[in-house]
Amino acid sequence: MSNEKAIRLRINGRDERIAVPAHRTLLEALRELGHVEVKCGCEKGDCGACAVLIDGMAIDSCLTLAWMAENRDITTVAGMGTAQEPHPLQKAFIECGAVQCGYCTPGLIIAAQSLINENATPTDDDIRLALSGNLCRCTGYGKVFDAVRDASVAMLEAGDAR
Amino acid sequence: MSDTSPPAGAASNIQYAQVGKPLPRTDAPGKATGKTPYAGDYVMPGMLHAKVVRAPLASAKLRRLDVSKARALPGVVCVLTAADLPDRLAATDIPGQTGQARLDTDQQILVKQRVRYWGEPLALIAAETSDIAQRAMDLVECDLEPLPGVYSPEAAMQPGAPIVQGENNIVAEHRIRKGNAEQALAEADVVVENTFRTPFQEHAFLEPEAGLAWIDENEVCNIRVSTQVIEHFRFIADAIGVPHNKVRIRGALVGGGFGGKEDVTVEIYLALLARHTRRPVRLQYSREDSFVGHGKRHPFILTYRTGVNRDGKIVGCDVRIIADAGAYVFLSPYVLLYGAVAAPGPYRIDNLNVEAQAVATNNMYTSAFRGFGALQACAAYEQQMDEIAKALGMDRLELRRRNYLKSGEPIATGFCPPSAIWTEQCADQAWAALGEPTPDDGPIRTGRGLAAYQQSYGRLTFLHDTAEAWVGVEVDGTVVVRSGVTDIGAGQISALGQIAVEVLGVTLDNVVIYNSDSAVTPLAGTTTATRALYMTGNATKQAAEAVRERLVACAAEEFAVDPSEVSMALNEVAVDGHPEKSMPFADLVKLCASAGIHRSELVLFRAPFTNHLDPETGQGQAHPDYAYGAHAVEVAVDVETGEVRVLKSIAAHDVGQCINPAAVEGQIQGGASQGQGYALSEAMEYDEGRLITPSFSEYLIPTAMDMPRVQCIILESHSGLGPFGAKGIGEPCMTPVAPAIANAIADAIGTRVYEMPITPERIVNALAAQAEPRPNSG
Repeated sequence: MSNEKAIRLRINGRDERIAVPAHRTLLEALRELGHVEVKCGCEKGDCGACAVLIDGMAIDSCLTLAWMAENRDITTVAGMGTAQEPHPLQKAFIECGAVQCGYCTPGLIIAAQSLINENATPTDDDIRLALSGNLCRCTGYGKVFDAVRDASVAMLEAGDAR
Repeated sequence: MSDTSPPAGAASNIQYAQVGKPLPRTDAPGKATGKTPYAGDYVMPGMLHAKVVRAPLASAKLRRLDVSKARALPGVVCVLTAADLPDRLAATDIPGQTGQARLDTDQQILVKQRVRYWGEPLALIAAETSDIAQRAMDLVECDLEPLPGVYSPEAAMQPGAPIVQGENNIVAEHRIRKGNAEQALAEADVVVENTFRTPFQEHAFLEPEAGLAWIDENEVCNIRVSTQVIEHFRFIADAIGVPHNKVRIRGALVGGGFGGKEDVTVEIYLALLARHTRRPVRLQYSREDSFVGHGKRHPFILTYRTGVNRDGKIVGCDVRIIADAGAYVFLSPYVLLYGAVAAPGPYRIDNLNVEAQAVATNNMYTSAFRGFGALQACAAYEQQMDEIAKALGMDRLELRRRNYLKSGEPIATGFCPPSAIWTEQCADQAWAALGEPTPDDGPIRTGRGLAAYQQSYGRLTFLHDTAEAWVGVEVDGTVVVRSGVTDIGAGQISALGQIAVEVLGVTLDNVVIYNSDSAVTPLAGTTTATRALYMTGNATKQAAEAVRERLVACAAEEFAVDPSEVSMALNEVAVDGHPEKSMPFADLVKLCASAGIHRSELVLFRAPFTNHLDPETGQGQAHPDYAYGAHAVEVAVDVETGEVRVLKSIAAHDVGQCINPAAVEGQIQGGASQGQGYALSEAMEYDEGRLITPSFSEYLIPTAMDMPRVQCIILESHSGLGPFGAKGIGEPCMTPVAPAIANAIADAIGTRVYEMPITPERIVNALAAQAEPRPNSG
C-alpha cells in the first residue's frame, strides 16, 4: 500500500495536510485528522450520518474518496458554529428538541444547510425530500422538521440564506 | 447516605419552575455542534485496531481453525481463538440481581466446537491498522462441518428436531392461570380464535457498537464503550477471569440503544485483546457487523381464543405464545415473562389461561428490544379486539370501553397497579383527534385503527432493583449531579438535572451532570425497562431534597422565620411577604459552607422488592407499576400495489407527570416511527440462519418521507411512582403503534394480514385470497 499521496484539504476554512492512499474515503481522512464530529453510520451511503458540505453541497463523505476533495471547501457541523455561537440551524435543533441521541444530528444539519443553500424558501415537501437521505432512529423526524423550518425562516429574515 | 424515605418537610414550598417545561436539553448543544464525543471517537497512543472473525454457517461443527497465516501477517499483533481463552461463558447477567442461578446455556465467548448461529465469533484480531486487521481476517482458515439446524420454533419443537440447546430446545416457559378459562370459553356466546405472527426486528441505532479498552497502571481494564449498562463490568470481569474491581466501564453518550446495547457487545473482546497485547485496543463494528452481531427482537407466534358475550363483555381468554429465542438464551426468559403478563392487554379478563414458551433455534439470538415481549403481545391482542368487534358487529372502541381495566383493578397476575389507569381517556382522545375521515380515491382506500396497551415501567420486581444518585451544591451556587445512569438519547441525564434544580430552586444552566462511569459515579443500574427516570429520577430527587432541607434550615435561621416560610426558586431564596428577607441562592450556599453544613447527599432508591410469581398460576407482582395509553392512525392503501401510507398518527399517553414535554414528545414521535417500521417495512430476511438484509438499503427503516407528523396528546394523572408522579414513556409509546396500523389496514381493505411486517406483497396476496372463492370451501 505504497500509493499514498499527500493532499491538502480545506476543512472549515483551514488548510490541513494528510497522506492517504487512493482508496481512503473522505470520511476516514476527516476522522483521522480529528474531525470526529463527522459520524460513521454505515459506510455505504445509506444513512447520511457522515454528510459534509463540499463547496456548499451535502455529500456522503463515506462515498467520496479523499483525493477527490483535494483543494475543495469542506464544511463539517463543527465548522458551522459552536455552543457559544451556534449557527441558526444548530440553535433551532437545540431549541426545538430535535436532538436525541445526536449521532445523526451532524448529518441532518449539513443536509438542511445544503437545502437552504439551494433554496432559501423551501416548502414542507422540499424539507422532507432534503432530509430523506439521513436516517434517524430516535426522533421520528417531527422536531427535526420543525427545526429546519424555523431555521430557514430565521436565516431568511436575517439575510443569512444565499 | 440516606434511606429511601424522603426527609420530612423537604418537599414543601417547591414551586415548579422547571419541571414540566420544554427546556432545551443539557446535552443538546454539544451534540448539535459536533463537540460531544461518542465511544468510537476516542483514540489513544499506540492503539491497536480489532476485528471479529465470524462463522459463515448457522449450524456446524468446527473441525479446524487455523490462524497461523493471520498471525504471521506483518502488523498483526494478536489473534485469539477459543483455545487461547479461559473456559468461561459470556452470560447476560442481571446487574444488581442477587441469588439468580445462571442458565447453563450462556453463550461461549468464541466458538469452541459447535457453531449455533450464523456469524458466531470464531476469532479476534488486533493489528497496527484497521486495514491490516481486515486483511488478516481473510487469512483465517476454518473447516466447518455443516450440521442439521432448525430455523423456526415450530420445527425446533418437533420430536426428533436437531437440538440447539438443553434437552428439547425449550429454553423458558411461563404460565398464567386465573379463574377458569376453559369453562368460560365453553359458555361464551362467541369464541374468536386467531393466530398472529410478529417478526424479528433490528434496533438500527445509528451508532454501531464501538469501544476502546486499555489496562491502566493499577492493572484495571478500562473500557470506554457505547452501552446501556455500565454494570456489565461485573461479568466482563468474570468472563475474563479477574476480580470485579479490575474492570471499569466508562460510558459515553450513546448513539441510540433501544435494547440493542443492553447485552454486552464489544466489551469482552476488547478486554481480552487489551489483556493479551498490553496495548489500547479499539473495536468499531461496521454496519453489517452490527446487523449480525447483536440480538434481535423475538418473533412471536400468538394464538388467541377469546370468549365474549353478545353485550361485548370478554368472559375468558386462552393465549398460546411461542417465541423464537434463537441460538442462545440471553434475556429470553424475561422477554417471555413480559409477554405472558401483558397477554390480556389493558382489559379486565377474570378467566385467563396463558401458556408461553421460548424455543431455541439456529437463528440469531434474540434479546431485549424496546417493548420487551409486551409489545409483541399488544400486536396480537389489539388485532384480536378488532376481530372480536367484527364478529359481534360492534363498534371497535365501544367493545374496548366495555372491557377496559379500571384504576384499582387487578391485571393478569392479580396485582393491582398503584397508579391511575387512564386507557379510556387516552383512547377516546386519540380517536377523536383523527378528525374527519380522508375519503377513498379510486384504488386508494383509507382506513382507521386504534390500539390501547398496558406496558410496565421499572424492572421485574423480583430482580430487587436499586439506583443511586449524588447531588451536591458548590459554594458559588452551582449544582453537581453524579449518577451512573447511561444516556441513550432520550435525555436521561438532562431530566436528572431538571429534577435536581427544580428541588434546589436554581436554573438548569447551573447544573453539571457526571454519569456512566462504573468506578466513580454512584451505580444507578441499567438504562432499560423504562426505569431510568423512575429509579434514578427518584434517587436524584431525594438526594436534592435532603440538601434542600439543610439549606432551607440555614436560611430560616438567618431570616429568623420558620423553615416552612422559606422558598427557593430560580436562583433566589425568599420569604413570602418579606421582600427584605431574600438573598441569591449562591449567598445561602456560602453561608452553609462557612457553617460547616453538609452540602451533598448520596441516596439509594429501591423499587418494590417481591418474590417470583407463582410458577403454576403466574400470580403475584411482576413490576412496580404500569403505563397506559393508546395510538390511533389513519392509513391509505393502494389496493393495486399494496402500498401503504400512514396519513395520520396520533399518540395519547398518560405519562403521570411530564418532566420535559419536548423530550416526552420526542420519545413518542420516535416510538411512532420505530413502530411504523415494525408494522410495514422492516423485514429481517434469514436464509438458514444467514441474514440476507444486513444494510439500510435492504432493511428499510422509516425516512423523513415516510413519517407523517405525529401528534402527541399528553395526559398527566400525577399518579406514577416516579419523581413528581411521573410514569415512564420510553417503551410504552412504541407498543401500540404497529397494531393500530394493522387495524387501520384491515379497516381499509376489508381483510387482515396476520403477519408483520405488512408488506405490499402480503397485502396484495390477502386481497387476492379475499377475491378468489376458496377451493374446497363450503
